[in-house]
Amino acid sequence: MSIEILMPALSPTMEEGSLAKWHVKVGDTVKAGDVIAEIETDKATMEVEAVDEGTIEALLVEAGTEGVKVNEPIARLSGEDAAPAPQTEGAKAEAPKAEDKPERKADKPPPPAAPFQAAGETGATAKAPPAPVSDSGDRIMASPLARRLAQAAGLDLAAIKGSGPHGRVVKADVDAARGKAPAAPASPGAAPAAAAPRQAQTLAQLGIPEGSYDLVPLDGMRKTIARRMTDSFRDIPHFPLTIDLEIDGLLAARAKINAMLEKDGGKVSVNDLVLKAVAVALKRVPEANASYSPDGIAMHHHADIAMAVAIDGGLITPIIRKADTKGLAQIAAEAKDLAGRARDRKLKPEEFQGGTFSVSNLGMMGIKSFASIINEPQGCIMSVGAGEQRPVVRNGELAIATVMTVTLTCDHRVVDGAIGSKFLQVFKALIEDPLTMIV
Amino acid sequence: MSDFDLIVIGAGPGGYVAAIRASQLGLKTAIVERENLGGICLNWGCIPTKALLKSGEVYEQLSHLDAYGLSVTGRSFDFGKVVERSRGVARQLASGVAFLMKKHKIEVIEGTAKLEKAAGAPRVVVALKAGGNRTVTARSVILATGARARTIPAIGAVPDGERIWAYREALTPKTCPKTLVVIGSGAIGIEFASFYRALGAEVTVVEAVDRIMPVEDEEISKAAQKAFEKRGIKFRIGAKVSKVEKTKTGVAVAVEAGGKAEKLEAEVCIVAVGIAANTEDMGLEALGLKLDRGHVVADKHGGTNVPGLYAIGDVAGAPWLAHKAMHDGVHCVEHIAGVKAPTVTAPVPGCTYANPQVASVGLTEAAAKAAGYEVKVGRFPFKVNGKAIAASETEGFAKTVFDAKTGALLGAHMIGHEVTEMIQGYTIAMTMEGTEEDLFNTVFPHPTMSEAMHEAALDAFGKPLHI
Repeated sequence: MSIEILMPALSPTMEEGSLAKWHVKVGDTVKAGDVIAEIETDKATMEVEAVDEGTIEALLVEAGTEGVKVNEPIARLSGEDAAPAPQTEGAKAEAPKAEDKPERKADKPPPPAAPFQAAGETGATAKAPPAPVSDSGDRIMASPLARRLAQAAGLDLAAIKGSGPHGRVVKADVDAARGKAPAAPASPGAAPAAAAPRQAQTLAQLGIPEGSYDLVPLDGMRKTIARRMTDSFRDIPHFPLTIDLEIDGLLAARAKINAMLEKDGGKVSVNDLVLKAVAVALKRVPEANASYSPDGIAMHHHADIAMAVAIDGGLITPIIRKADTKGLAQIAAEAKDLAGRARDRKLKPEEFQGGTFSVSNLGMMGIKSFASIINEPQGCIMSVGAGEQRPVVRNGELAIATVMTVTLTCDHRVVDGAIGSKFLQVFKALIEDPLTMIV
Repeated sequence: MSDFDLIVIGAGPGGYVAAIRASQLGLKTAIVERENLGGICLNWGCIPTKALLKSGEVYEQLSHLDAYGLSVTGRSFDFGKVVERSRGVARQLASGVAFLMKKHKIEVIEGTAKLEKAAGAPRVVVALKAGGNRTVTARSVILATGARARTIPAIGAVPDGERIWAYREALTPKTCPKTLVVIGSGAIGIEFASFYRALGAEVTVVEAVDRIMPVEDEEISKAAQKAFEKRGIKFRIGAKVSKVEKTKTGVAVAVEAGGKAEKLEAEVCIVAVGIAANTEDMGLEALGLKLDRGHVVADKHGGTNVPGLYAIGDVAGAPWLAHKAMHDGVHCVEHIAGVKAPTVTAPVPGCTYANPQVASVGLTEAAAKAAGYEVKVGRFPFKVNGKAIAASETEGFAKTVFDAKTGALLGAHMIGHEVTEMIQGYTIAMTMEGTEEDLFNTVFPHPTMSEAMHEAALDAFGKPLHI
């Protein structure tokens, strides 16, 4: 029975490698553990060991061949027995160690290089605080040191925003929090800290008996939405600005554009036009394309526009990068592609993380106007309502126009009322006279 | 419209790793190299010295085989082969880097780069190795030009390739010198001293500061000096070199220590007195790039005062370590690409691959005290570690420095067999902001030399188990 020897993957990312050298030739007998070939990868040449025993029947790839795909057969082994020898890897665990530490045998253990401290088990060695749990029952991610520092300072870890890997609270976050709020004395009987974290009551406490509902477990997306929206709504001083836009001109332009694009199969939606107008407006009012950070206000070089897409079980905000540099057709194509893959949950993290400005559109659901919650760390989010025919007053007379209401929610730390208003004015002008978008 | 998203100048460990990361993030990337892919690290530094040191270590081992109940007759070496092995290792790895550049579709431009002022990031004009010039532009340019051996012309400490060596000459000698003076006891000086001593050279190391390996913890310095002296290396510490002169038979190094003048005569002198950044002849002055004592001034993301120009690795200042350059490179590129990096304060470990090895991370005991910490210090000798005894590698110890108030591990210092392979344990603990409890609670495999690391943490809090 022949066994095929396959090109091994020597690292998780390896897709192909060079077969540098064969250590065996046809007819050689090998046993498990014998080096049969050398493969060149990343920074090193690695040896390939036989896993089975047998005789080399054929070498399928010549030495020096580059770009051999992982899992491609490189040689064939004819097994001595029908059954290949079992893999021996991991079988070389040490004999159980009944002896024990020989160091005890040294009649007089030599002293360490210098006298060591005979400190008692006090101070920092006292009990480590247990891993805290947040209101929602999730374990709070925090480094051991951050945990200990927060406890010593009487700070609630759940209230500290983590800046470490995966949102982990690290020492720098606790230091920053401590800088902001003086450490509350930990002595019992002290007045409760002014802003005690909100304790969620159970549904039963709130009068909804168990058994009267089905409990849908919180998945990762729901937890992320809950945490990010709570943090944002609670911590960011936000305000809405609302403006009405007449979009008859825009609709007419869209019809013309689509007629032109029809033969290419392309199509532009009102939302695509909104995205384009936002991109242009952000370029003209860069103060609205900014993020607050403790070190200063980040003035973004490009308009990376996140668009809220409802998907099963939640929503996600894929990003059109550098929308300010892109034409309408490209924005439309990207928006379609991103939304499609968002619904299929096939976005890569870099496609929905970041962004400098968000657009949420509930117009197609008939919503007239609404104010979204800021998508941190962006300075603004625009909520787009339905375009509908409404009575308008022109020159003292009633007239009918298609009107769309948009609301800009602003982070007041970055975008003041005047800046938000200026942005909306520019945006309104662009939407009401779409030709100006291309100038 | 730029030719590339990113141009990296210099293909040392900082530069080529930055280029790979950039390519992974979808940036169209080119890398300019004037000499060898892999830079000093791979061709003239970290890697080939490790090859030499391994030869030295194995050869030295042969002289005390009786400790293992073994014997061998006719110990000898072929110096040419020892050196050639080291060069082969460097060649192999350099071709590995070429493969990586190809794999990641990074354009390698062979030549010497000069920067010119442009509207965005500086324009890069490459005097091609093959002849002619090529001008390329990119939205961002990373300077990763590294550094070279510092020389001191005023006292004659300038390599001549024959009697006075820097690391390059010391890596490719034709014969093994019988007598050798090494100026400088940092990692480079000590590694060469260790290698040449292992092959039988009479070695004297001159250090200006009052202890060898001055960046290490004082206890480590002391133990290292003892260990090297045991192997026959001589030291002159607190000694100032006033003149390096060639003689008929070799070199004479005039040294002053404690008011006494002395002339050290040897076949060869190795100058290992630090490094100087490569910032010359690249048009940096015309760009108005800010330098500080020869190094490019860069912020924590590698950004400089010139828009679109970044600097990483040795050219951007100490510590001059390949792994720091790689770390910088990845961070800088992720910053350029707009990847949001989490807050991580990563301490940079340092390793010296002499025999015995020295490895450390974080603050020394003295530096921690000077920074105002109340410290708890633990130590554990390999002399009483089971695996070390079994392997007859009992030299050295592990030392930990904790913040007494918070239990944070501030620093760790080790000397002994293969400690360079162990220091990452403490480094991970520090990077993840571990406390003494995390080290207490970690199960260290038995029997390993790493158990001494566990014990050194326990010892800092007065509860070591095996001593």
